Amino acid sequence: MNENALKELLYKIADDQLILGHRNSEWTGMGPLLEEDIAFSSMAQDKIGQSYAIYTILHSLGEQDPDTIAFTRNANQFHNSILTELPNGEYDFSLIRHFLYDTAEIIRFEMLTHSSYTPLAELAIKIRAELKYHTLHANTWIKQLGSATEESIERLQKSLDYAMPYALGIFEESPYEAEIIKSGIFAGEKALYETWKQNIEAVIDQTRLHLADWSLLKPVLGGRLGNHSDHLQPLLDEMSEVFRIDPSAEW
Amino acid sequence: MANPYSIDQIYSWLEEVKDPEIPVLSLVDLGVITRVEVTGEEVKIEMTPTFVGCPAMDLMKQEVLDVLNNNGVKKAEVIISFKEPWNSDKISEKGRQALKQFGLAPPPSGKNLFTDLDVLEHAQCPRCNGNHTELRSPFGPTLCRSIHYCLDCREAFEQFKPL
Ligand SMILES: [Zn+2]
Repeated sequence: MNENALKELLYKIADDQLILGHRNSEWTGMGPLLEEDIAFSSMAQDKIGQSYAIYTILHSLGEQDPDTIAFTRNANQFHNSILTELPNGEYDFSLIRHFLYDTAEIIRFEMLTHSSYTPLAELAIKIRAELKYHTLHANTWIKQLGSATEESIERLQKSLDYAMPYALGIFEESPYEAEIIKSGIFAGEKALYETWKQNIEAVIDQTRLHLADWSLLKPVLGGRLGNHSDHLQPLLDEMSEVFRIDPSAEW
Repeated sequence: MANPYSIDQIYSWLEEVKDPEIPVLSLVDLGVITRVEVTGEEVKIEMTPTFVGCPAMDLMKQEVLDVLNNNGVKKAEVIISFKEPWNSDKISEKGRQALKQFGLAPPPSGKNLFTDLDVLEHAQCPRCNGNHTELRSPFGPTLCRSIHYCLDCREAFEQFKPL
């Protein structure tokens, strides 16, 4: 097994969870409803915890300790998709991003339960179960608001159209894609993308929202290779500021 | 040489360590102690978190070490492992009773929980035992609780989430 290929996979999954976890945590005290406030805070706690469990695997492979990995790298060393780093914006964008992202992640972890790399397969069983609650939450609200008032439908539609090219960036292939698939570590981004598309369509079909023609969409790529938007570095600075003040701060 | 501590003895010591969020529930009944191994003077314990992001994990790990040390174990080690991932069916019958007395609905048991989250819609009210309830939010005040409402008692309650 090529260890760099494995590490690259672990970094991108963990970085996605860490960055979106921190974006979710920005809803604490700001949610449109107290319940939503709690939901986004809980999902933040789950995601940050999950990223740490994956950084712990990386540490066992010779990388630095989880706190150092999480808080001392610069933007160009992060492998998260650009979708996860975008500012929260209005609630409807956060909800759409949550739906597009978590639908992909639960399939990814489902696929990883079959990984030939045992520590990842074991952890994936656990994370997949937890993510059920995240997709349940996303699907419930998308179905509800996507069929509610003209205004809520129009706002969600706008966010959906805006977010979709970024969402396609989740599936940007790794330089090691062929090796990862061949070694049985992960069945690959293409397989993930195909299942994701079907699941997204299945939910959107139950609403008054509509999807653009897939073949006309242009994915926003680069995140997986460290080429990020201008939004990532300020977020990292903020995260590491808390870390520098109190390196033992609990997340 | 015989081991100075028996596995049963260690489990009975661990009964003293409670879930910090639910002080009536021991870690043993919660089902997070997945392995106890005694080799000579050395005790090795494997634990697994209920939820990966559980913030109480470090505290629980420390309390397990303290209990072992207080009982005279000189060499103790606690490892966090996902080899046997926790799920809510790992809570013992005694643990389920303790949850209920604490006012928390125990998680519904069954093998199909991963695929069927509809069970959340009709949680059993810990006050009246009725199922005339509705889900308010799958996310509660801690990672392992959801929020429900009993239409008969006309009061909200929390459930230990099925996982
Ligand atoms: Zn009741």
